[in-house]
Amino acid sequence: MRKSIIGLTAVAMVALMGAAQAEDKKVTIGVSIPAADHGWTAGVVFHAERVAKLLMAEHPGLNVIVKTSPDAASQANAVQDLATQGLDALVILPSDPDPLVNAIKEVKDAGKFVTIVDRAPSTNDNSIRDLYVAGNNPALGQTAGEYIKAQTPDAQVVVIRGLPIPIDQQRQDGFDKGIAGSNIKVLDRQFGNWNRDDAFKVMQDFLTKHPKIDVVWTQDDDMAVGVLEAIDQAKRTDIQYVIAGAGSKDMVKKVMDGDKLIPVDVLYPPAMIGTAMALTAANFYDQIPVRGTYILDATLITKDNAKDFYFPDSPF
Amino acid sequence: MTDTTSAAPLRRSWRDIDLRAVAPFVALALLLVLGSFVNPNFLGLDNLSNVLTRSAFIAIIAVGATFVISAGGLDLSVGSMVAFVASLTIMFLNSGMIGNPFLMLVAAMLLAMGIGALCGLANGLITTVGRIEPFIATLGTMGIYRGLTTWLSQGGAITMRQPELQQLYRPVYFGKVFGVPFPLVAVALSAIVGAFVLYRTAFGRHVVAVGSNEDVARYSGIPVNRVRNVTYVIQGLCVAVACLLYIPRLGSTSATTGLMWELQAITAVVVGGTALRGGVGRIWGTICGAFILEIVGNIMLLSNFVSEYLLGAIQGAIIIIAMLVQRSLVRRS
Repeated sequence: MRKSIIGLTAVAMVALMGAAQAEDKKVTIGVSIPAADHGWTAGVVFHAERVAKLLMAEHPGLNVIVKTSPDAASQANAVQDLATQGLDALVILPSDPDPLVNAIKEVKDAGKFVTIVDRAPSTNDNSIRDLYVAGNNPALGQTAGEYIKAQTPDAQVVVIRGLPIPIDQQRQDGFDKGIAGSNIKVLDRQFGNWNRDDAFKVMQDFLTKHPKIDVVWTQDDDMAVGVLEAIDQAKRTDIQYVIAGAGSKDMVKKVMDGDKLIPVDVLYPPAMIGTAMALTAANFYDQIPVRGTYILDATLITKDNAKDFYFPDSPF
Repeated sequence: MTDTTSAAPLRRSWRDIDLRAVAPFVALALLLVLGSFVNPNFLGLDNLSNVLTRSAFIAIIAVGATFVISAGGLDLSVGSMVAFVASLTIMFLNSGMIGNPFLMLVAAMLLAMGIGALCGLANGLITTVGRIEPFIATLGTMGIYRGLTTWLSQGGAITMRQPELQQLYRPVYFGKVFGVPFPLVAVALSAIVGAFVLYRTAFGRHVVAVGSNEDVARYSGIPVNRVRNVTYVIQGLCVAVACLLYIPRLGSTSATTGLMWELQAITAVVVGGTALRGGVGRIWGTICGAFILEIVGNIMLLSNFVSEYLLGAIQGAIIIIAMLVQRSLVRRS
């Protein structure tokens, strides 16, 4: 007797839940991102999980599955695993886009909605994806360059680069465009490998080599940590400010607090994964056209707008 | 043996100096000359003290690596171990378990040494008890320590949070003792202790004996596995000392802390005259090797005529030339 009552209640509950879900379309979005292996990707993982929760709370019928993979090969497997779970859409930030083209294309050819984030394959058109969301690398350099040009048009600048890869070159070209037509002199450019310790070394050597430096452009928040420490140690007062980039919580906090050496930061947000997920969900629930290319600005973070970009709980 | 000693009675001349041991210092001197041509600031006290202080981490780790390599072993996990030990130490410092900041710091330092010794012991036991080639065993633990660090930090950074602790700890990297940067004092102390143990104790002789011929050492009654294990523990302790200097510099670690340091440490050991196949250990040469590595990088950065894209190639070439100079000196003797 008791058994059958429990059985009946269960049936009733399932029926009720079914009724509730019927009001909200059932959609499954798979999110495939690289595993957190440095600050920025750690931010990507944090924001993917944060936005997944927000979206699922907003749309009861929506199911978002976030999967992280350490390299391109395992990410290809992860995409296949996601596809077999019955996806309606795939949001992917490829660890290395070109080796993943086939895996992505399979999903796309099966008629699913595909969003590629940040790292584009060589043929980046609607044959492989519906939506492309990315930050703006040339603008990241250009925004920094233009700020320096506006603030200190005669500055002597040293530049710490990342690694010799295309993204880095795009940022350098953007920077050169930003400072074009001013008296700004680039004293030196060296690679800091997007690494705090290497940036510390490079900055120490810059300080030895150049008796007067006005501005340091590091394009990366992690490297700025090493640069600030090197300047502090040398007790040099000629450096007016340091411009980094990305929008890590430590640097945004410094901007918020009005740190003299870090007056601004240039945004290249790991939260862009959230932009891609929200736009993808909007495609299913709000019937608004989202197909195309969505390039985020390299926003200049200043004291006034810093709180919009500050995530104290994020690892980055 | 007795013949040669009687044929050359008590006549010490420069010929008696072991050129193999002197060679790294000659290479270092040549680099200093080269550097002074490249940039007048190179020989400045500030620059030299910066560079030597920077090399302290690798130098101290390499003292441990000298023991491991002399005993015929190899440790590829040291870079990851730095990240792992430093991360755990910072997390302990952040936990605020002990109210008194000074006691807290001392406890954290002891903890770091303990973790380092345990990590080293793990490497040793896997190679000796598990009978796995040291290359593979430490390649495995390299992944483990690195992975655990990434997991602890969730891929981000682990940063010291209490400013008063940071203030108290900072002089350990940036401070000076009688005008000498503190990390250099630590290097000197590590090297003196290392040299004493390797050259003046029975254990040191056992290390070299195990490295030159394991079977002969075993038949002579040397506990080969125990000697090997202890060399890995020494390596772990050296890594911990390097961590104690590393933490106050930036006050934080990340998933990329200590990346490739294992290769730098091994290069320093080999440039310093220790044989990679084991059986010969030269502590002072190792220290010199670590200085050479850092100075090569410094000279490149200070020069105005080397493209930033070519840095790696020229660094590699200079290291090979330094080794060739050493070889030719040794052959002539």
